[in-house]
Amino acid sequence: MSAVADMKSRYPAYFRPRYGRRALVISLVVAMVALYFGAFLTFDVPWNRIGPGFFQLIWFVELMFPPDPGGHLVTYLNALGETLAIAWLGTLTGALFALPLGLMAARNIIPSPWLRFPFKRLFDGVRGIDTLIWALIWINVVGLGPFAGVLAIATSDFGALGKLFAEIIESADPREAEGVRASGGRGLSEIRFGVLPQVLPVIAGQILYFIESNTRSATIIGVVGAGGIGLHLSEQIRVLEWRQVSFLILLILISVAAIDFVSSKLRAGMAGRKAASE
Amino acid sequence: MPSAVVRLPDRQLDALKSAYAQAALAKRLRTAAIVAVALALIALSFIQAEIDPKTFFAKIGGFFSYFDRMATLESGARVWTDPAEWFWSFKRNLRLIGVTVLMAYVGTLTGAIAGFGLSFLASPNLTHNRWTVFFVKRGLEFCRTVPGIVFALMFVVAFGLGALPGVLAIAIHTTGALGKQFFETTENIDMRPVEGLRSVGASWSQTVRFAALPQVLASFASFALLRFEINVREATVLGFVGAGGIGQDLMEDIRKFYYSDTSAILVLIIAVVIAIDLSAQQLRRLLMGAERGR
Repeated sequence: MSAVADMKSRYPAYFRPRYGRRALVISLVVAMVALYFGAFLTFDVPWNRIGPGFFQLIWFVELMFPPDPGGHLVTYLNALGETLAIAWLGTLTGALFALPLGLMAARNIIPSPWLRFPFKRLFDGVRGIDTLIWALIWINVVGLGPFAGVLAIATSDFGALGKLFAEIIESADPREAEGVRASGGRGLSEIRFGVLPQVLPVIAGQILYFIESNTRSATIIGVVGAGGIGLHLSEQIRVLEWRQVSFLILLILISVAAIDFVSSKLRAGMAGRKAASE
Repeated sequence: MPSAVVRLPDRQLDALKSAYAQAALAKRLRTAAIVAVALALIALSFIQAEIDPKTFFAKIGGFFSYFDRMATLESGARVWTDPAEWFWSFKRNLRLIGVTVLMAYVGTLTGAIAGFGLSFLASPNLTHNRWTVFFVKRGLEFCRTVPGIVFALMFVVAFGLGALPGVLAIAIHTTGALGKQFFETTENIDMRPVEGLRSVGASWSQTVRFAALPQVLASFASFALLRFEINVREATVLGFVGAGGIGQDLMEDIRKFYYSDTSAILVLIIAVVIAIDLSAQQLRRLLMGAERGR
């Protein structure tokens, strides 16, 4: 104990309680808790339904076993295929449009901030709107069905990938482009030989990652009628066919896990090749 | 300075040239193979989803005229000429988007607390029972993989329409997503402070409080902030299935072709989302700075 007292007398600054910091932390926590409980007042929570609701949920879960396609196996597998097709086509379309515009938003390609600004804001605006909202809008344009889903995923990916591509391109090593310029290349050949070879593997990895996460988005896009397995899922929940619901959820879990596995293998392969070539 | 470019004898040059051609050919073949596989998958996808690319070119004009109509009031004037008419339901929308953000807040905080508790049970360096670790990890994976809107659909059936099912759906999905990021962080902490505290006889809770928490708290807070940003976007669409927030009104406006009302809500959503993103980014930068400065 005396050692502690000794240390305290020698380094008082380290042992002095920091009241200011403590007050800040405590008031922050109090404010967060107050906001948390205050928020429930705005939610119009039906307090009398919470108890019965929980029992109902437990009952639903009991009804889910065993999972059973209910004779619609072919329909469901077909819808699953449609979901995967939507994710694949949507991501590629989004990436196709995002790449040139991502170049336009990158500092090392377009030095003028006035030219870059509109592209950056365009990406921010598109990204701020959820995929399901885009799905509703595209349904109004091309009608119900998987095509609206593809376009919805393409649009929201365009925003996310455009911003990401711009950041990746900005982080490219400028010396390679300078090398191309020094040996007489200019303009497009600088981008083609000095920038793109550096960034394409990273971009390909990101596209793979987006295909993976879009498989998840594509499973729910059917909830608003834009194709895929989500349509069946929301229908079966609404008509309380819980065994088919659990079968569909199982189908989604398995296919998402499979896509995750393939894509992580591919990405690891690409990263390995890149590391080996450096 | 005179420079002499060394020219190799033809025999050596030919050997190098053919080696280069071979290497280039191998690379081109691999690229061609990847492109062929991708094209085959694209073709397959077109068939599977029954998409006719011609529809795209026939209807793409509709997409842009959709935005044109969204920028036009009933009277035919542009929306920005009469903001009062454009945002006629501004008060209601503002209240609804407030509820949406609060749903995201409550859901994120609930999920973060649950994920925080579970993450310690899922890290093998703090919990030694292998079965606990296994089942907690699988449970988190389940919460993460099932889309939030599916939970929302089920909760709406159980609890009725309103914000509560939405909050619960966000909370469950957040538990899964944050729980994973949290236990990945906890798994990789520096174990030396932990061992140091254990060696002087600290209890388990003291060890977690003084050795583990200080290492992970800043990254936990940063992950939670990022998740909050994502959840605000998610909360805007939960209303599509009746789970509260601005989504219900938005869906009705889109389905009933109330163009200027749709754009009024969309503008509001984008503004709020960007404002939250920017402020959360600043906060995250502060947190990361605090972590590095320590």
